[in-house]
Amino acid sequence: MSSQARELETLATSDYKFGWVTDIEQESAPPGLNEDIIRFISEKKNEPDWLLEWRLKAYRHWLTMTDPLKRKKSEQWAMVTYPDIDYQSIVYYAAPKNAGDGPASLDEVDPELLATYEKLGIPLEEQKMLAGVAVDAVFDSVSVATTFKETLAEAGVIFCSFSEAVQDHPDLVRQYLGSVVPHTDNYFAALNSAVFSDGSFCYIPKGVRCPMELSTYFRINAANTGQFERTLVIAEEGAYVSYLEGCTAPMRDENQLHAAVVELVALDNAQIKYSTVQNWYPGDIDGKGGIYNFVTKRGACRGANSKISWTQVETGSAITWKYPSCILQGDNSVGEFYSVAVTSLKQQADTGTKMIHIGKNTRSTVISKGISALLGQNTYRGAVQVLKGAHNARNFTQCDSMLIGDQCGAHTFPYIDVRNPSAQVEHEATTSKIGEDQIFYCNQRGISTEDAVSMIVNGFCKEVLAELPMEFAVEAQKLLGISLEGSVG
Amino acid sequence: MLEIRNLHAGVEGAEILHGIDLAVNAGEIHAIMGPNGSGKSTLAQVLAGHEAYSVTEGEVIYEGQDLLDMDPDERAVHGVFLAFQYPVEIPGVNSAYFLRTALNALRTARDEEEVDAIDFLTLIRDKLKLVEMDEKFLKRSVNEGFSGGEKKRHEILQMAVLEPRLAILDETDSGLDIDALRIVANGVNTLYSADKATIVVTHYQRLLNNIVPDFVHVMLDGRIVQSGDKTLALELEEKGYDWIKEEHATHSV
Ligand SMILES: Nc1ncnc2c1ncn2[C@@H]1O[C@H](COP(=O)(O)OP(=O)(O)OP(=O)(O)O)[C@@H](O)[C@H]1O
Ligand SMILES: [Mg+2]
Repeated sequence: MSSQARELETLATSDYKFGWVTDIEQESAPPGLNEDIIRFISEKKNEPDWLLEWRLKAYRHWLTMTDPLKRKKSEQWAMVTYPDIDYQSIVYYAAPKNAGDGPASLDEVDPELLATYEKLGIPLEEQKMLAGVAVDAVFDSVSVATTFKETLAEAGVIFCSFSEAVQDHPDLVRQYLGSVVPHTDNYFAALNSAVFSDGSFCYIPKGVRCPMELSTYFRINAANTGQFERTLVIAEEGAYVSYLEGCTAPMRDENQLHAAVVELVALDNAQIKYSTVQNWYPGDIDGKGGIYNFVTKRGACRGANSKISWTQVETGSAITWKYPSCILQGDNSVGEFYSVAVTSLKQQADTGTKMIHIGKNTRSTVISKGISALLGQNTYRGAVQVLKGAHNARNFTQCDSMLIGDQCGAHTFPYIDVRNPSAQVEHEATTSKIGEDQIFYCNQRGISTEDAVSMIVNGFCKEVLAELPMEFAVEAQKLLGISLEGSVG
Repeated sequence: MLEIRNLHAGVEGAEILHGIDLAVNAGEIHAIMGPNGSGKSTLAQVLAGHEAYSVTEGEVIYEGQDLLDMDPDERAVHGVFLAFQYPVEIPGVNSAYFLRTALNALRTARDEEEVDAIDFLTLIRDKLKLVEMDEKFLKRSVNEGFSGGEKKRHEILQMAVLEPRLAILDETDSGLDIDALRIVANGVNTLYSADKATIVVTHYQRLLNNIVPDFVHVMLDGRIVQSGDKTLALELEEKGYDWIKEEHATHSV
């Protein structure tokens, strides 16, 4: 490695501000995956039998599936490469000791954990928090705290950890779990269904506009541990909710697997806005360490006039592999996908969306901004399907790529399948290079190269950032700047 | 203020400037003229520090310091401003944000306090008047979709906000209609003061009717081959460059 590359490396990795480890007593399962481990997890969580059976069914199905990496070359469609994952060396359950009985009230939460979240910029004491944002904090395999529960309960909103929902609202969980992403969906969804540990559950009753932003903050802390969380958001008729998730992890030399499943259900006239700011540890310039972010996210617009909107800002992870999608079943339903994906260092991202138009007059909008720097590889993969009965379906897709430097890559794979002649599907794509001349122009006005890159990139992503809730847009802007520091000159 | 001595510069192997000598004192206005491709913009870019050009020989002293040793943003902090011949578009970044970021970058580097959004608005409104630009430009992305003339006026707006000590205007008059030409010239004259200096690169005498230069230099093939007062520009307007080319050709044999 040249000395300049080394310099970049130090710069780039020292910029990951969340790379420290919390020293806390852990309770964990032995590494490896078998039915006993699944029983162990289920028992730890005191789950009803039906859920254990559900997990085991998923596990047995998973055993029949082929690891996407071990498929024949011709069947490996994702533009990512990674060494084999040894599923028997992963720890499937890790939790801070004392947290085993589900989330404690805030007074009982280990001060070490409160300090951890405070350091991450997520204070959990309600008086210190951003007004109007309720947080569920998930630490490794368990939820350690959920704030503002009472305020939300007054509005009839249920916001709690998934484990709690299983105990307190089993019927809702049973009705909706796996109804959008069945355990047979894909390899990682099956794995998640078998071993998922915790996550967030949120239910907005009929006609209620959720009075605050809901957010989940995921933190992987333990080594050699996979994080498999499960999120379920249900918006009843006429309900509205805006939900945000954030993620970080310590810097470690080994790769860690994160295989989450998120399911959204919107009934008649309901709206769900789901935003993600993903900043898992990306690994270093040699591709050492970092999170494998293999996530299945899907929303079902079941009701007429319902709307699901995905916004994601993906700056972290060694490999990101996810396609937040919308099933537009209800007539006049609307699906949106706004995405910024940054790949710097040796990061790889294969991300996009799938819009499935089933109902009449369904509409979808896709705006994707991919930014590649250093050795990053960024792929947009998006599918638009218009089924026979989807009269007057409309889709607009815009897919822009920006390259910083000449060793990175950007790729675009749009798949369009239209079976109704009244449909209108538009696709636009551009690729640009962050120009030396743009940077020089900014420099000439006194703006440093780093600030110039950050400004130009933020300008490029403007339409997507505008979709984030205000409180997080500023954070996301800073994050974009930080993750590209050291990528020019 | 600025002293250029035997400056040789070019791009990857090909020398474009073959030894430029030029001294500019505070309070002076210098015009640089010369045929297309003679190296005027190259000189301007080298002074601003564009990394595509490398300096192979010579030196540039600016206010007692080695200008070539400074990064482009450092030069800006020290008061060097270039109005670009081809201003660059920055999609998604609105002009107001860009200008405030630039102003605050300069102020921070000079240990001055940053200007907040409200004070900035007062300041910029004042400057907009000077270049007779509508406030709506502030909300538009930098130079994106601006007409040729709008881009040039936007350059002068930036100059008015950043208040440089050494301003280099590279063909700021090209593409301007008669009114815009007057506005730009008026802007430059209003910003003029005895502790500042301006270098105007232009092809046309008509700009020099409004911005009256103390010195006029003619560049040819990467050299300044003739210098004089404002009457030189008039002479060029009348006779073109051929006589200089001929004269220069015989000299250099
Ligand atoms: N980046 C570059 N790469 C290659 N050649 C260059 C570059 N910049 C300038 N040149 C060449 O150097 C010469 C001088 O160009 P320059 O732009 O300085 O001329 P100019 O005097 O400003 O001309 P004009 O009046 O047309 O603006 C030209 O032949 C030009 O093609
Ligand atoms: Mg020129």
